[in-house]
Amino acid sequence: MKSEHLYNYILGIADNSLILGQRLGELCGHGPSLETDIAGTNISLDLIGQTRSYYQYAAKISGENKTEDDIAFLRLERHYKNVLLVEQPNTHFGFVMGRQYLFDVFHLLLLKELQLSKDETLAAIAKKGIKEVSYHKRFSGDWVKRLGDGTPQSTAKMQEAIDDLWPYTQELFDMTDSDTAMALEGVGVDVSKLKKAYYKEVTDLFELATLEVPQSTYFSRGGKKGVHSEHMGYLLADLQYMQRTYPNMQW
Amino acid sequence: MDNNWPLWEVFVRSKNGLEHRHFGSLHAADEEMALENARDVYTRRNEGVSIWVVKSSNITASNPENNGELFEPAQDKVYRHPTFYKLPDQVKHM
Repeated sequence: MKSEHLYNYILGIADNSLILGQRLGELCGHGPSLETDIAGTNISLDLIGQTRSYYQYAAKISGENKTEDDIAFLRLERHYKNVLLVEQPNTHFGFVMGRQYLFDVFHLLLLKELQLSKDETLAAIAKKGIKEVSYHKRFSGDWVKRLGDGTPQSTAKMQEAIDDLWPYTQELFDMTDSDTAMALEGVGVDVSKLKKAYYKEVTDLFELATLEVPQSTYFSRGGKKGVHSEHMGYLLADLQYMQRTYPNMQW
Repeated sequence: MDNNWPLWEVFVRSKNGLEHRHFGSLHAADEEMALENARDVYTRRNEGVSIWVVKSSNITASNPENNGELFEPAQDKVYRHPTFYKLPDQVKHM
């Protein structure tokens, strides 16, 4: 393999998009209105489209006879590197938008740096994704504002969602060994440097949304190292069912 | 929730130089949400370069009951179509 670190680095980015795309995909046909349902599914398809570009690249440099599908469908839970935030299960619409927003802000900051990568393929994928992710953030941020600054009931539910999601935010800025190695080579992004901008942007929006910034001091982490929450197994069972049941099946 | 959201009419310009055409309608709480919803519902297959949304209640429509007096008198006025002029051969591109 060209570089174990590069391979792991690509999966670290792509797995977030795959798993969040899968979560949003679960809601296809279940959105609160036709319009928001289509919007959520659009975002899901954007994320899965980005995932495919990353996985195709990862498959190419793996040196084995891997395809994008092998990477998406045939890994064990411990081999997925997504953050805990994106695997949290769908509850109510405010929670889904809160989860989306907390990821979108990070995602856009990341891609804006990644487009400057010395690795041309990664830079190109990032550049293409920026427009999509800018829209995701606009959409989810709008909803966090609307619900936060809405009726007493919507404010309470949005606040509760943010409180529940907050402990998953710090993991976004943890550096794995591959992250550090790739950042040193000018290929990867030093995500720890995005932290300040992230919390500034998020807390500014919470203020507009009349939401309290959670004061939690406990933060959950582990997803990046493959240690996932109890929800991940069920998600993967859904995601992998077809390939596990009918190996090598093609559409 | 939908029942509380007003209806909006969506107009999309499919490419520069063409006019905005009526594409359909949707529900949204305000202009901003109407634009976002229109983008997601009507332009996700590359249909447009510009969107207008207007609250359906702001549109004044003709009453179908009046169709007789409004439109029928035009049916037998064939001379209003410019089809009675012989064009000289020299005139091209008409």
